[in-house]
Amino acid sequence: MTMTNDDYPFAVEMRDIVLRFPGVLANDHVNLNLNKGEIHALLGENGAGKSTLMNILSGLYRPESGEIKVNGSSVHFNSPKDAIASGIGMVHQHFMLVPTLTVTENILLGLNEPRFFMKLTKYDKKILALQEEFGLKVDPAAKIWQLSVGEQQRVEILKTLYRGADILILDEPTAVLAPQEIEELMGTMRTLVEQGKSIIFISHKLNEVKAVADRLTVLRKGRVTAEGIDPTGLSRGDLAELMVGREVIFQIEKEAQQPGGVVLEVENLSTINNRGMNAVNGVSFSIRQGEIFGIAGIAGNGQSELVEAITGLRASTGSIRINDTEVGNCPPRKSIHCGMAHIPEDRMGVGTAPNLSVTKNVIMKNYDQSPISKGWRINYLEAHSHAVDLKEGYDIQAPSVETQARKLSGGNLQKLILAREISGKPQLIVAMQPTRGLDVGAIESIQKLLLEQRRNGAAILLLSEELDELLELSDRVAVIFDGELVSQMDSREANLNTIGMMMTGSLRSGE
Amino acid sequence: MKFPFKVKIEKRIEDLPKWMPLVTSLGAVLIAFIISGIVLYLIGSNPIRVFKYFFSAAFGSWGAFSDILVKATPLILIGLGCCLAFKMKIISIGAEGQFFMGAFFASLVVLVPLVPLDSPKVLVLSLMAVMGIIGGALYGLIPGLLKAYFNVNVIITTLMLNYVAVYWNNYWIFGKYSDLGFQMTPTFDKVAWLPRLADMAKEIPFFSGITLHLGVVFGLIAAVLIWLILKYSRWGYEITLIGDNPKAAEYAGINIKRNIILVMVVSGALAGLAGMSEVTGVVHRLQEEISSNYGFSGLIVAWLAKLNPFAVIPVAILFGGLIVAGREIQPSGLSFLIQGMILFLVISSDVLLRYKIRVTRREEEVV
Repeated sequence: MTMTNDDYPFAVEMRDIVLRFPGVLANDHVNLNLNKGEIHALLGENGAGKSTLMNILSGLYRPESGEIKVNGSSVHFNSPKDAIASGIGMVHQHFMLVPTLTVTENILLGLNEPRFFMKLTKYDKKILALQEEFGLKVDPAAKIWQLSVGEQQRVEILKTLYRGADILILDEPTAVLAPQEIEELMGTMRTLVEQGKSIIFISHKLNEVKAVADRLTVLRKGRVTAEGIDPTGLSRGDLAELMVGREVIFQIEKEAQQPGGVVLEVENLSTINNRGMNAVNGVSFSIRQGEIFGIAGIAGNGQSELVEAITGLRASTGSIRINDTEVGNCPPRKSIHCGMAHIPEDRMGVGTAPNLSVTKNVIMKNYDQSPISKGWRINYLEAHSHAVDLKEGYDIQAPSVETQARKLSGGNLQKLILAREISGKPQLIVAMQPTRGLDVGAIESIQKLLLEQRRNGAAILLLSEELDELLELSDRVAVIFDGELVSQMDSREANLNTIGMMMTGSLRSGE
Repeated sequence: MKFPFKVKIEKRIEDLPKWMPLVTSLGAVLIAFIISGIVLYLIGSNPIRVFKYFFSAAFGSWGAFSDILVKATPLILIGLGCCLAFKMKIISIGAEGQFFMGAFFASLVVLVPLVPLDSPKVLVLSLMAVMGIIGGALYGLIPGLLKAYFNVNVIITTLMLNYVAVYWNNYWIFGKYSDLGFQMTPTFDKVAWLPRLADMAKEIPFFSGITLHLGVVFGLIAAVLIWLILKYSRWGYEITLIGDNPKAAEYAGINIKRNIILVMVVSGALAGLAGMSEVTGVVHRLQEEISSNYGFSGLIVAWLAKLNPFAVIPVAILFGGLIVAGREIQPSGLSFLIQGMILFLVISSDVLLRYKIRVTRREEEVV
């Protein structure tokens, strides 16, 4: 299907693409031009139609009208197979890899070759050559579960390259990566472009877009608000305004306030991870009323286990006290009744029940308390009005409170979780990655909500890989490395450089 | 020249209309009959005549209809137990064993005997019901404990325990409680018979020969209770939440172990009660053949009813009809064929609930 036409300037041209979903115009006459050999950023809030547009380009959806040209020739994709044949490869945000198979096996999965006898060593070499060419280092014989997230992403990219992709679509590739890995990915993207590939890069993060993209296109509510513009000279504010349609205040307004009494006291806490290895080693800290305590660190240094231990989801040794009540090693119900709210890392997998309605999701923590609970039964009328109140009060965008949670966008799902947790008037909030993967508008409202709780006197434990956010929101910060808190300091005195070194373990204590 | 229409299958994004699951299920049942008709035609019989006979054998008279309700009674009770377990995504297939254990425990009341046989009927029957419930519940408790504390696969344990229960029963009816060496106990004293409509034939002649017994009332009451539990109770909410996302349930502070055990015990209790109702209402003795595969058909009933406790009743009646009619026609496998087709098609028809099929003209595709 592909015609080799080296002089043709555009790798992809999408003209007047229209696609309607019931009740939503997901793409309203959208245009996108991808030059050969460029990194083209595609920006937009959740639900702006980015993913729809990319799903059209990768053959998953078919547009109602509009034209797609690849290398100058018109194409009609009936399935992702057709798109792959035209040299289009997509790396999804959630990886599509089989954890128990090796890198090579994953790359070959679904291909016609090898047919029956699997002499995989031959293919290992082919893959190594591909790695060499594009600078994507990963051991072909390693099993996927042994790899870091960054390495898994490299496997996904290799998979598309192995299938002969010239045009790569990277769907929010940085959302899952640590800062160093993001740097590496950007390097990879530049190498790919130098070798003649063209890249569409979907992102929420404005600084990344500015750092790596040659041109950018912005979508808002299914329409293009900026087409193929040059990012140099644009400020973060300009971009945000194009995405959200109004001015966004990046300055977080945090008044100085005197923290009150100690709410959470963690002493010498240790726990093991799912593989039975030490994940948290003798961690101690305390948080007072009206104080945000931030913990920075690269993913996998014990953050998840620490949070699970504090919230009662994981067995631990040591002591955890909420307002002098011991909750360490107690079932989660106990800490919930002690006034602890938990905003989990995994919104879909832990924070909500995806197939149940918004109503049933917002009563998760108070279904056993009056007025929702009435004797042996649940007062669903009360539950319904509670859900409607929260939906309106926290601006959760959903057709109704009977809508299944899985139909909500990431930002709205997170608002639902925050609404539920905050409506319980918590004394302690444990928030892990509360803004990850959200768009600017949603991040702004989540941060505001957390600061409002701080004003109301809640003690907040915040874990985030977004260093800027962590430093801006927190009153005190600590760094976790290899299951230990390296140092605790006032966030105003924190130095990005020092923290970065502590995160990677090259500096073990705060000087 | 290409075929002018294109068929496209798309994921449903919008909410499903309320009538949709009912229509697709009924459609699936209809298609099952049509396919069975084709099979009948292929083997050389007249499907219309067979089905006519089939329906008259099942629904043709009050007597036949009462037989259906008698068959439907254990299916309702077992189906309700399965609804509860399936709602929590516990795939228990142990109803057959729990049914036998319920029958055995209930029979002990007269076989041992636990109470003098000249006690009032109400006392004997109540005790038998309680014993049946205990028997089934204990037999559900075993896989429940194994799942909750050792995470042992429920499908395996319940399946294996079914065999244990059947042979346990055989041990007693071939041995200690055997009636003259036959593989059955002697007929129970009348005090241990559930009242039948036929008992009232003297006062109301219409009821003469009507075999319907009190067990069906157990089924109806249980349906209301399970419906109330699932739809309105706190426990029902916990079950639904665990079923949809156990991690979220744990995060919400719900005790999952306790719920697994409770659900297994209650679903076992319902199957046990079905066993009691069968020995006291139908066969009036403990024997090898007390279940026409009720434990497994009940599972299918729950599935076809989409875990809706009230839908269990009509579906159980349909299956009761298939069992009764199956006795009347040759080849007798026909009713199994239809049962199988229905299950297969209803499960397949779920595709229509999750996806929609769009037929478009090819020309529209060209821009």
